[in-house]
Amino acid sequence: MADGSDNNSDPWLRFRKATRARIGLGRSGDGLPTRALLEFQLAHARARDAVHGAVDFDRLAADLAPLETVRVHSAAPDRATYLRRPDLGRRLNEASRAVLARGDWDIAFVVADGLSAAAVQAHAAPLVRACLERLPGWSVAPVVLAGQARVALGDEVGALLGARLVALLVGERPGLSAADSLGVYLTWAPMPGRADSQRNCISNIHGAGLPIGAAADKLCWLAREASRLKLTGVALKEDAPALQGPEGSGPRPIDRI
Amino acid sequence: MAEYAHTLGRQRHVFDDLRAVMACASPRRSGDELAGIAADSDERRVAARMVLADLPLRVFLNEALVPYEADEVTRLILDGHDEAAFVPVASMTVGEFRDWLLSYEADTATLAALAPGLTPEMAAAVSKLMRNHDLVTVAAKCSVVTGFRTTVGLPGRLSSRLQPNHPTDDPAGIAAATLDGLLYGIGDAVIGINPATDNVPACITLLEMLETMRLRFDIPVQSCVLAHVTTSIQAIERGAPVDLVFQSIAGTEKANQGFGVSLALLREARDAALSLKRGTVGQNVMYFETGQGSALSADAHHGVDQQTVEARAYAVARAYDPLLVNTVVGFIGPEYLFDAKQITRAGLEDHFCAKLLGVPMGCDVCYTNHAEADQDDMDVLMTMLATAGVNFLIAVPGSDDVMLNYQSLSYHDVLGLRHLLKRPPAPEFAAWLEKAGWLDGQGRLPPRGPQSAVVRNLLGRIA
Repeated sequence: MADGSDNNSDPWLRFRKATRARIGLGRSGDGLPTRALLEFQLAHARARDAVHGAVDFDRLAADLAPLETVRVHSAAPDRATYLRRPDLGRRLNEASRAVLARGDWDIAFVVADGLSAAAVQAHAAPLVRACLERLPGWSVAPVVLAGQARVALGDEVGALLGARLVALLVGERPGLSAADSLGVYLTWAPMPGRADSQRNCISNIHGAGLPIGAAADKLCWLAREASRLKLTGVALKEDAPALQGPEGSGPRPIDRI
Repeated sequence: MAEYAHTLGRQRHVFDDLRAVMACASPRRSGDELAGIAADSDERRVAARMVLADLPLRVFLNEALVPYEADEVTRLILDGHDEAAFVPVASMTVGEFRDWLLSYEADTATLAALAPGLTPEMAAAVSKLMRNHDLVTVAAKCSVVTGFRTTVGLPGRLSSRLQPNHPTDDPAGIAAATLDGLLYGIGDAVIGINPATDNVPACITLLEMLETMRLRFDIPVQSCVLAHVTTSIQAIERGAPVDLVFQSIAGTEKANQGFGVSLALLREARDAALSLKRGTVGQNVMYFETGQGSALSADAHHGVDQQTVEARAYAVARAYDPLLVNTVVGFIGPEYLFDAKQITRAGLEDHFCAKLLGVPMGCDVCYTNHAEADQDDMDVLMTMLATAGVNFLIAVPGSDDVMLNYQSLSYHDVLGLRHLLKRPPAPEFAAWLEKAGWLDGQGRLPPRGPQSAVVRNLLGRIA
């Protein structure tokens, strides 16, 4: 077979177990065999749909019920602006500032659409629930659902709510192998101007990646440590792998090293 | 600073300083708009180009876009300027320089001699007056040849970096992607891994795996783990088989600080790699990556447009006689290069400017899933760059980098370009393919089925 998929005689079989990379695709002349070409296009289409899809926040609010939710929107009015103007995705629009009432909270959860509607739709509500089970006795703010939002939006939200910690769940930039990957950024004493080095991140939460339960364990461990040490970021280490979030600046060349 | 202006009909376009002329003259791109320095109309963009065309090239020696006192990259550029090499074009305006570059007089030898006399700002300025095809035509006349175990950049050749990344740096997974690439004749520029984890023991594990593979198959290639320079220096101190030292670099001192490097640290890294004397046909031991938008994302662009800041990174690169440099053009994101039109243009500008400055330029023809681009667009850019004589292109299995989550070229793409444009790999590597019996009667690398001797022999010899 041109695509080398005959498993009985596929010399790549043992190598395929070691990597998800598209190895041993076969060739049609110098080009890709038709099946490999279409499989690639399908993966890319799913990633594009995840980026441009809209989170159904009504459904998400229903999934989170009976937890109270609050809806906010960033200063980026639409997806096209959101992609071009990361600065706007990091702050609230005028109307949203008015709906966030100040309280006295140990932690606030913010669900941001980020770059994958699919990730948020599938994994955000289960993760919030799993965390609440693991944080008995904590005072938890109403869950904030944020449209056209980037990671740093959590700083303004957390400050307005008066939360000591903010955990921002966000759809990560989709790759071809996972279009529904969720990330979480935890920030102590959130306020506008916090640097990425002052956050802790858990990445790669999806079906074939980090399971919800394990992600919740990790996040709640970090939250308890953050409350004890009164900080997050590089000083709160748990030797997590390097982070690749969707945060506004996008990946810089340094992300490749 | 001087003020610049141009009148078109009843509209007088005024530009506060040279930076503003350069920024407004740039083709439209999202990064300059994000920075708030782009022209606000198409007419203003052309007015800026008309101003630029009439400026003497020498203005860039007299007026630093990034202050000399505040920036070691500016000092590197101006202190290192070769006035004697500059003489042939010293009296030209930027517009006249464009005409001259396109003329038959500006041939390969003339351009090579001119390179030390040019600053990045001059190259960036003239590129803003050029169409994409001009960028291809002039770059194709430039030749920058470097060597380590292979000779890269010879006229009529197309080299490639084999990029076998893995999300957890699994050596078996990386070996699999490497073997797959070798079967397409990929890797003659470098076999280069972006590690998921930047630490010294992990880096050494990967270097030793590649070294074992290189020696087992007696392949004339160089390997590189693209860790931070400080990691590579420590790996060298611990006796690891380091061929090339990698670093991401940018066009200002502050942006380089964001990468955790300085010119002095790069010098130290190069000295460490040179001390190993591992090259056979040459001793170019550095590998750099760059990309438009990296300075802005580090808030270190000093109000200079992203294409000009990018060109300044090539002045950094050329100070260290690198084997390889490439722009990661579509990787930085749509807030800097929004769509395929902007990515294509930037890729051609970066290649042109680097070659004009004497830098051995390659390209990662690529895009992320939030940019308005797809593989069809990459087909256009890769073909234009190969025609322009790009030193090397990056390729990954099936265009899908499973660690960095973006799309580059496939092994297939580079092989197809070589056959289409009759540009074989580096001579040492081509000889290895010939000796291995992998080429057909026409010098092509034909498809080999999974049961062929070529595939069985290669895969069977890896434990």
